[in-house]
Amino acid sequence: MTDPTPSTVSLADRVRHVAAAAAVVGVHFFKRVPVFVLGEEALLFAGDEEKRVVVHGGGILASAGDGERIVTGGDDGRLVQTLADGAPKQLAADENRRWIDQVALGPHGAVAWSIGKTAHVRARNAELRALDVPSTVAGLCFAPKGFRLAIAHYNGVTFWFPNAAAPPEKFEWKGSHLSVAVSPDGRFLVTTMQEPMLHGWRIADGKHMRMSGYSARVRSLSWSMEGEFLATSGSEQLILWPFDGKEGPMGRQPKLLAPSEARVSVVACHPKQAAVAVGYADGVVLLVRIDDGALISVRAADGQPVTALGWDAGGQVLAFGCESGAAGVLVL
Amino acid sequence: MTTPETTDKIPVTVLTGYLGAGKTTLLNRILSEPHGKKFAVIVNEFGEIGIDNDLVVNADEEVFEMNNGCICCTVRGDLVRIIEGLMRRKGKFDAIIVETTGLADPAPVAQTFFMDENVGAKTKLDAVVTVADAKWLKDRLKDAPEAKNQIAFADVILINKTDLVSPEELREIEARIRAINPYATLHRTERSQIAIGEVLGRNAFDLDRILDIEPKFLEAQKEHDHDHDHHGHDHHHHGEGHGLKHYHDEDMQSLSLASDRPLNPDKFFPWVQDLVAKEGPNILRCKGILSFKDDPERFVFQGVHMILDGDHQRPWKEGEARTSRIVFIGRNLPEEAIRKGFESCVA
Repeated sequence: MTDPTPSTVSLADRVRHVAAAAAVVGVHFFKRVPVFVLGEEALLFAGDEEKRVVVHGGGILASAGDGERIVTGGDDGRLVQTLADGAPKQLAADENRRWIDQVALGPHGAVAWSIGKTAHVRARNAELRALDVPSTVAGLCFAPKGFRLAIAHYNGVTFWFPNAAAPPEKFEWKGSHLSVAVSPDGRFLVTTMQEPMLHGWRIADGKHMRMSGYSARVRSLSWSMEGEFLATSGSEQLILWPFDGKEGPMGRQPKLLAPSEARVSVVACHPKQAAVAVGYADGVVLLVRIDDGALISVRAADGQPVTALGWDAGGQVLAFGCESGAAGVLVL
Repeated sequence: MTTPETTDKIPVTVLTGYLGAGKTTLLNRILSEPHGKKFAVIVNEFGEIGIDNDLVVNADEEVFEMNNGCICCTVRGDLVRIIEGLMRRKGKFDAIIVETTGLADPAPVAQTFFMDENVGAKTKLDAVVTVADAKWLKDRLKDAPEAKNQIAFADVILINKTDLVSPEELREIEARIRAINPYATLHRTERSQIAIGEVLGRNAFDLDRILDIEPKFLEAQKEHDHDHDHHGHDHHHHGEGHGLKHYHDEDMQSLSLASDRPLNPDKFFPWVQDLVAKEGPNILRCKGILSFKDDPERFVFQGVHMILDGDHQRPWKEGEARTSRIVFIGRNLPEEAIRKGFESCVA
């Protein structure tokens, strides 16, 4: 149990430990209260009083939170919304109990989810809409403005206006795309792929971007405040692709910070400052300042991969969770 | 080329077999036997099986090409996703069984375990088990390339519905299977009746178990001496040593090469990598035990199409014959070129 470098400032003794006692697969916030999404059945509200809320009768496959609601999809074929009071409500259920694989939240109460090859979307008080794509939906993301959903699948992304009659726009690139993100300025689409690389498109003209050099499949993406950088996992250091300027990362090198012997497993950019929380496969959690790479240690290595990281909207509270069921909360 | 520790990985058995051969019957037998184990089962159609204790997941067989310029590097995208999801329920099951459709190629399933790091970290491929219809396999080998792939790829083959054919027909079908795949373990069954231990827990892809890659018919006599304690009386371990008619399959063969002289690793690895790069689409499976010059340890490897996996296994034993042996099962293999290439790797 050592810090990555002896000189690194450590806040580890200020972490409040939470015994999640099950693999943590996500973390979301209601104001300053972190809510850990467990691999099976429950959400764990980790405020001053801890509270477990059973939301699924099985594995929790996907989750999304926007500060007002947490929506989860399960292998019980149910889509469940949980509010800050901890009351779960079923939003949808598949009659054949097929898995709800993906979940995304959009503006004005919109929610999207997928079952197999079908993406479903419902805006608040609006009717349910569905779109079939050519292969299983692997990722869902709403565009930051308007009512538009990006759907990742084999050989590309389908970008869909659910309220428009026009056929959805297709962004094609050969291969298996496993998640999708839209830049905060709405100009770029980025996918993680089965191979250790990202692919991207400039939405205006469909121009391609390939971002490679990773040692493993990229499983975590996070936009820095105002979308200046895209932070990613998948390498033995934090990778930050520059998305400022007209060309985005095209023809530019990423910033490489916080090198380690262990691979970065999860990243979460601070919502207000140019800093990133970084979790590693050996259990280390660091805060990394983007400008100069300065490090603050939050958690020491214990060999258990960090699997979830998140900030409250104000950037005052950081929560992390591990595959082993360990979790913690740091109030800055 | 390293083998991570495999102790707590969930074993995965792949069930293949042409349409109507008896796969689902076998699956139901496995699930309903009183073995005290729990399974996660990945099937193509709901409804045909229904065992309350087990997790059943519906899959759409989605074969995805990898972006590495290799046309035979394919993975089952649905397995990547489903296994990750199943791992949410880790501890709720002991093993995973993947039932493929009758027309499926087993290679993308197997390759998923080598190509996807997350799948490979949590699970391990145990064996490919193929159910063959004793009455119809002969015809399918002529008209269905999928059926031939399933035989060539198998670690364990059940020749099922033996009650529907004569002893002569049975011998012929066994000989035809052996012409394609002399290395799989054969069982004769009726209505897919077999002891569960014969199909599960085989460790067929475990590098440490690549101990013996002699064709099975050479050791047939040995197999008569044990394994008579199974319940179920209508399957047999059996050898085909007696009066075996030799068949040659026109396009699918196995090729076995051996050398008593140690190999030069600096020659062998470039050669075998080049071979699978060029012939990968035609090579379904390969395995080898190698003796390198000045190396006190046995090197073992196996491959599926272009993907090779190998490691040092253990020191050669005192008095053990340091024979290097490799076998290939594939389609239209250039035997002479492979033979010469292997010989040129001698140190």
